[in-house]
Amino acid sequence: MGLTRRDFLKTSIAASAAATVGMPLAKEAEAAVKAAEAGWQWDKGACRFCGTGCGIMIATKDGKIVATKGDPDAPVNRGLNCVKGYFNGKIMYGKDRLTTPLLRMTDGKFDKKGKFVPVSWDKAMEVMTEKFLEAYREKGPTGVGIFGSGQWTVPEGYVGAKLWKAGFRSNTIDPNARHCMASAVAGFMQTFGIDEPAGNYDDIEYTDTAVLWGANMAEMHPILWSRITNRRLTHDKMKVVNLSTYGNMSSDIADIEIVFRPSGDLAIQNYIAREIVKRNAVNWDFVNKNAVFATGPYDIGYGFRPKNADKFASGKEMEVVSNEQVHVIDKWEAIAQRRKEGEQVKQANTATAGKDWAISFEDFKAALEPYDADFTTAVAKGDPDESDEAFKAKLKQLADLYCEPKRKVVSYWTMGFNQHQRGTWVNEQCYMNHLLLGKQSMPGSGAFSLTGQPSACGTAREVGTFSHRLPADMVVNVKKHRDHSEELWHLPTNTLNPTVGSHFVKMMRDLEDGAMKWAIVQVNNPWQNTANLNHWIKGAREMDNFIVCCDGYPTVSAKVADLVLPAAMIFEKWGFYGNAERRTQCWRQQVAPVGEARGDLWILLELAKRVKIKDTWGEQKVPGLKEAGFEDGKLPSVLDEAKKMGYDPEMSLYDALFATPENKKTYKWPDKVAKGHDNHIAKNLGWFVEKAMFEEYRKFGTGHGHDLAPFDVYYDDKVRGLRWPVVLKDGKWTETRWRFNEEYDPYVKKGQGIYFYGNDGKALVMGDLDKPGDGSQKVKLDGKAKIYFRPYASPVEQPDKDFDLWLCTGRVLEHWHSGSMTRRVPELYRAFPDAVCWIHPKDAESRGLKRNDLVWVESRRGKVKVRIETGGRNRVPRGLVYVPWFDESVLINKVTLDSTCPISKETDYKKCSVKVYKA
Amino acid sequence: MAELNVARREFLVKAAQGTSLAVTGGLLWAYLVRQEAKAQPYALRPPGALAEKDFNAACIKCGECVNVCPPDILKLAPAGGDLPIGTPFFTPRIGACVMCPDIPCVKACPTGALSPQLTDINQAHMGLAVIDIENCLSWKGLRCEICHRDCPLKGKAITLETDPRGLSKHAVFRPIVNSDYCTGCGICEKACPTAEPAIRILPHALVQGKIGEHYRLGWTFDTEITQDFKPSDKAPETPPEPSGKPAGVDYLNEGGL
Repeated sequence: MGLTRRDFLKTSIAASAAATVGMPLAKEAEAAVKAAEAGWQWDKGACRFCGTGCGIMIATKDGKIVATKGDPDAPVNRGLNCVKGYFNGKIMYGKDRLTTPLLRMTDGKFDKKGKFVPVSWDKAMEVMTEKFLEAYREKGPTGVGIFGSGQWTVPEGYVGAKLWKAGFRSNTIDPNARHCMASAVAGFMQTFGIDEPAGNYDDIEYTDTAVLWGANMAEMHPILWSRITNRRLTHDKMKVVNLSTYGNMSSDIADIEIVFRPSGDLAIQNYIAREIVKRNAVNWDFVNKNAVFATGPYDIGYGFRPKNADKFASGKEMEVVSNEQVHVIDKWEAIAQRRKEGEQVKQANTATAGKDWAISFEDFKAALEPYDADFTTAVAKGDPDESDEAFKAKLKQLADLYCEPKRKVVSYWTMGFNQHQRGTWVNEQCYMNHLLLGKQSMPGSGAFSLTGQPSACGTAREVGTFSHRLPADMVVNVKKHRDHSEELWHLPTNTLNPTVGSHFVKMMRDLEDGAMKWAIVQVNNPWQNTANLNHWIKGAREMDNFIVCCDGYPTVSAKVADLVLPAAMIFEKWGFYGNAERRTQCWRQQVAPVGEARGDLWILLELAKRVKIKDTWGEQKVPGLKEAGFEDGKLPSVLDEAKKMGYDPEMSLYDALFATPENKKTYKWPDKVAKGHDNHIAKNLGWFVEKAMFEEYRKFGTGHGHDLAPFDVYYDDKVRGLRWPVVLKDGKWTETRWRFNEEYDPYVKKGQGIYFYGNDGKALVMGDLDKPGDGSQKVKLDGKAKIYFRPYASPVEQPDKDFDLWLCTGRVLEHWHSGSMTRRVPELYRAFPDAVCWIHPKDAESRGLKRNDLVWVESRRGKVKVRIETGGRNRVPRGLVYVPWFDESVLINKVTLDSTCPISKETDYKKCSVKVYKA
Repeated sequence: MAELNVARREFLVKAAQGTSLAVTGGLLWAYLVRQEAKAQPYALRPPGALAEKDFNAACIKCGECVNVCPPDILKLAPAGGDLPIGTPFFTPRIGACVMCPDIPCVKACPTGALSPQLTDINQAHMGLAVIDIENCLSWKGLRCEICHRDCPLKGKAITLETDPRGLSKHAVFRPIVNSDYCTGCGICEKACPTAEPAIRILPHALVQGKIGEHYRLGWTFDTEITQDFKPSDKAPETPPEPSGKPAGVDYLNEGGL
């Protein structure tokens, strides 16, 4: 040790001497670098990690990635990366990369209780298909599910969605994006009638104010945070506000830090709205022209099992879960919702949580009345050591910033809003304030939902890999949308299933109660990322079902699966990602997959090859199906019509839906866009699947506000992604920076100014605060967005004498999601090896705990062992602990609560109650 | 499990001493210990260690601190290395001090070589973190700052300074070490993601400069500036120097003009 230390000192002295006297060391070093880089081939790509969507360059040599760099031409990051991005090249080379299919077997045969044994792809596919058909015949389309991903490439998601919806006639497809931004989607759809942000990252360089609502951008969107910080340092007027349930790194740059009590954000938003109204700061020209006031029911439940929950939940769990049926109003809700304390409210709208109706401004104003500074402080102050006066002063400052007429404001949020029992509401409240002020869809002003995953927007949302969605914002339960999709997909009428499928958490519940018997997982780790894990692990391992997990590494989900398929990772395949600012970017295959690994796209298509039209397009039972034009509980056989359209019942779904003669003829491999790069999938299948699927997918969005450029345009050497809608203007494919704004958006006509075209042709029934009217009076929504009143609602589980602390979960900068990639990069592992539990020093002391002590964090649902941290990057208030979820040895989701927003079905990972004691 | 580990460690400590004994013989062991007990500027010692010279004099190489170290990062110096044989040290890149609040290594030390006066681990000064700003990712503009986030005294021992980045609209977050607070635990060195750490712990004496005692910075107020401009207290009477050659006289007389 002494030696290396001394050597270091010697060499550093030598180096600095060389630098100062200009010795030729630098030139020699330069030559050495050049020699080392000989034969490196660079190509453009996108970062594998978060929704920021940084551009990177990748260097390969001899079939290996040898280096990466931030792309200096990428407008998002201008050559920079965060420390995860710095390791893009290393994530594929972990020691335990899966290289061969593995099947649980005993004596050469599949056995659910057997051990994993290497098998050939043929054998794996054979067993997988056999089990698929078994489940399908027994349970119908709802019995087979796919856990997709916001990390799927666009063509992967598209093939997954088409195979499930058109091929299997199943809507039981849902991405991990459900856990991530489903509330943002629901908020967009309800407010604007069209998904995804109006603004973009350029807002940062135009704005005067960044308000963070449950978005620790300093850690979770590191490169965007350096842009916000740069703005803060270079623009005098710029203010940054950080609202969170605990102090974090983003507070370091913030002018105001507001620590609020979980769900207190609902009250704070209404406080701001009340101030806007009280101060006459409403931009009436904007509101009259562009908005209507609206509301919806409050008795919407908490996203638990609607029936028979007690068959699965323990008595302890039922203390919370019983609120799904009847909820007792607490003293804050009594004020916030115009009820009486102690009133028992039957949750009558759990299945219709999203219904809404128009209200008058007078009603809207009256509803805001209780949310004054006193009430808001009482319900929302999150730090018991802060005085009411100090909190109130900050609330006022926040309202001042929003209301200042000439001040531009962007509100940012991520999981703090989205993972929320009232996630859709709180998203909508944010639009409420921006719309009231007229600060929306303009450079530097707007409500901007950030995304967590690299293609949550590009794939999960835009392609529509949700249980209720079709591509380009269409949904399965609207006939017009099904008709349009059936036409584009060349399907017989009524092939598509009109019943919304199981969302992510429900798929887990379906496995637990036996409604679903076959599932496949891609680019996702559901048995680490789903709340209340103990139930789902049991459901996977102890029920009669078959679970396939495709991954690059042996994850927790692979461990609970029956068949593990080695998946090619990002730069081993071609792909597109779409980031949070609607920017679609692409890359080519850089290196061959390791071992026998194959792309997820190929795996899905191989399954499609083995299922025939007659297996799925005959009559199918669908429990709960009730739709005009359908017999209850049944999907009709479409085989006769299919025959008329030229389909042979013996045809595979692969031939019918994907490898059509036109596709094979039009999209040949090799293609000049490859510039000599390989494509292991195209080579294997004999046609350029990714390009064919992208071009087919484009048809959905073209002319519907979601226009994408042709495939080849994105691969142009000069292009660094394009923000949709991308339309042909003067012979050039041109992106859109601000939507709904006539200056920028090709869908807004000259003279319309701001125009929210997503709601064109729709109308709302007029009602009052408590109920919709009789339908006689309707308000047209053409060009308009909705300003919702949404009340404060208390978290369904709150600290009490048994479980006396709030638990909030989340991420750390060093690790991506479940850590399956980043924990295999030795440097990132070393930087943050294990999860810790952040706890306030006084809370530790009062429990007889010291920093680094091993503790149990226990809830009504489960417990994990973890070390405590009383300092460091997060400053939790007394009464709250924070545990990140990246560490598979600290499966914190055994502890979390599987309550979801009843509208968006997104789980609330940010609040439940726990106790902490010495292990 | 934990007990087993401690037992195993005790065994290893004894084995290390025993091997040397077996190889070199008892007398030679004592000789080696004496010979190597000289100040070593490169040593990173456990928290509370006395100044290197005093530490080497006081440490009896018993290995107790090594035995009780919860993360097992302390090692005893082997024979033939740069450190006095049998003295405890740690190598941050391999294992950093986790800064146990109850400081078990200090409690275990029978001689006070690890001073019992250290009762707050945040007051430890095992070494000082030094950043190689030419190779630090954060100084280059990447969003790394792992050292800052991982620092147990984040915001004190390591702070971030933000500056606009000339090349683009992204700010630079530069980690800065503050020697008043840095305990030298080495968590930053261990966590640094560059191929060779761009932040390292070095003994204070190797890196810290010192401003002359004769000068005070005019813009700081650490020392009280008297504003009454009175003469200072008279120096106590000292007996005159014994007479000898007056200073300067040799030069004046040496000639050679």
